[in-house]
Amino acid sequence: MTNTNKWGAVAEFDSAQSIYHAAEKLTAEGYTRTDAHTPFPIHGIDKVLHHKESGLGWIVVCGGFTGIIVAQTMMYWMNAVDYPFWVSGKEPYAWQATIPITFELMVLLSGLSAVFGMFGLNRLPRLHHPIFKHSTMYRVTDDRFFLSVEATDPKFDSEQTPLFLQSIGGANVEIIED
Amino acid sequence: MTVTATPEMAQSLHEIAPEITTQVRDGHLAKAQTGLLAVGGLLAGLGYVLGEHGSLSYLVGYMGTLGICLGTLFFTMIQHITSAGWSVTLRRLTENTAATLPFMLLLFLPIVIGFHDIYHHWTDESLNITDPNGANYDAVLAGKSGYLNPTFFFIRVVLYFAVWIVLATYFRNQSIKQDQSGDPEISLHLRRVAAPGLLLFALTTTFASFDWIMSIDPHWFSTIFGVAFFAGSVMASMAFVILMSLWLMRKGYYHGAITVEHFHDVGKLMWAFMLFWTYTSFSQYMLIWYANLPEETVWYELRAESGWGAIGTVLIVGHFAFPFVFLMSRNMKRNTKILPIGAVLLMMIHCVDMQYLILPSGMSGHDHGHGHGHGGDGGLLSAAAGGDHGHGHAHGFGAQIGEYLHTISWADFGCFIGLACLIAGFTLRNIRSSNLVPLRDPRLREAITFHNI
Repeated sequence: MTNTNKWGAVAEFDSAQSIYHAAEKLTAEGYTRTDAHTPFPIHGIDKVLHHKESGLGWIVVCGGFTGIIVAQTMMYWMNAVDYPFWVSGKEPYAWQATIPITFELMVLLSGLSAVFGMFGLNRLPRLHHPIFKHSTMYRVTDDRFFLSVEATDPKFDSEQTPLFLQSIGGANVEIIED
Repeated sequence: MTVTATPEMAQSLHEIAPEITTQVRDGHLAKAQTGLLAVGGLLAGLGYVLGEHGSLSYLVGYMGTLGICLGTLFFTMIQHITSAGWSVTLRRLTENTAATLPFMLLLFLPIVIGFHDIYHHWTDESLNITDPNGANYDAVLAGKSGYLNPTFFFIRVVLYFAVWIVLATYFRNQSIKQDQSGDPEISLHLRRVAAPGLLLFALTTTFASFDWIMSIDPHWFSTIFGVAFFAGSVMASMAFVILMSLWLMRKGYYHGAITVEHFHDVGKLMWAFMLFWTYTSFSQYMLIWYANLPEETVWYELRAESGWGAIGTVLIVGHFAFPFVFLMSRNMKRNTKILPIGAVLLMMIHCVDMQYLILPSGMSGHDHGHGHGHGGDGGLLSAAAGGDHGHGHAHGFGAQIGEYLHTISWADFGCFIGLACLIAGFTLRNIRSSNLVPLRDPRLREAITFHNI
């Protein structure tokens, strides 16, 4: 069976408990490319689905250190190299005076790398996602919980996977076209 | 999943998690309590009596541990005013530490005895500094004498302790009362009391740090001083909470009530207040450095001498740079083997911070007479302050550290460790005489099932 034009399978659940237990069974069955879509965060479901810790923290740290280096280089070059100027007895480059700007630039670049790093890791912005083709997905921001198995999952099978999702309590199980 | 606990459905711990131990077993930890009190009392007492500058060493230890008690009082009130659910299981511990403040009043006695020794710059009546015709007339201190006189000083001591003791015992007693009645109205009431309580706390803590630390150098002034003291104190109190609760967990308590999630959050608070200390301390330093006014720079000039310059660097590294990197990652804060290492380091650096604030000022003037800091007496920070302390004292970090070790006495650490043991002992006494967690707090379930996202 070919999965070329299929994105994956999606099943609907009606409570946080039921999706949590279904996720446990899904992982136990050996599925790896799975995800949960819920109206609010469900504690521990990322662990149940074996999701790795986000790498966002490292992106933010890199952004922060870039901010520090840029600020220090900029101020050293401006104050001590390009236009050395003695103000009220302070040396052209005095580290004390550079701390506030170094701090601010670190915060700015950390914040920007957090936002845009998140965009990048989530492949945003995009106008549409195949999962929205699911007939009841609009309730994901309201009162329904969804589990998805992507077609790239080595265990994915367009006949067996939907049946399995049904067997663990999923309703409205649909195969989503890419 | 998580049920939002509304006041009407306040359940008791027995219904939510019957497996959690509610009390320390009869007689258990009695030896530990006696040991902590004995060792602590001995160490603090010996430091005070035998230390080279005993009263000052005692003040170092006293302000360090007082900050821990005040920090836990602050924590208790902040949890109430924000209706926090996550911290309910930790709150009885902080209530119990804050309730050691009556003992801190008793432990203030050595400072009363050493009063003239510590605050000699403004309490030496033989110099008659307020007499305009006297030889030692000091216009600045004469102007401040309406506030800075022994009578009003001791009135304020009573006032501060009255506020702290009333708040600490009230919050603890009400919380214990709720253990029996389960009345959710108590939680709402304490939330209302926490607002004026925090206001009073902020004012008394600020002025206490002005009175008991800043007035050692009575000419000098810094409005952010109280905030910096408060920030360092809350950091140390979070370290204390981490160490106490981890130790009690090793003794078999708090299991199921305090989890890695709670340590993660207390670790975050400790880290955040460590940064807040850096922020306020640097703000104070930078403004004084920038303005370069003699009556302000004199305080830092004093801290460039006798090896204290190196301690300034030690504080930048040990109170900021190292813990900033060491405890930044969530994995480090969630590791109950690494977090206590960070907590011990921050407790010790808090002690060094108190030495830095108290000792240089307290030890000045004893050997070269009264009258430093009248402005313009060489108190100017050199323009390139920081690296260049070109006033004829030791150069090089190692040489300065050597000079610092020569300047301080063992009691400058001994008193702090002793008083911290005493506080831990008194806290243990309070823990053993009450339930380990608030049994019927309406938000108890939230605390037990708490998870960081």
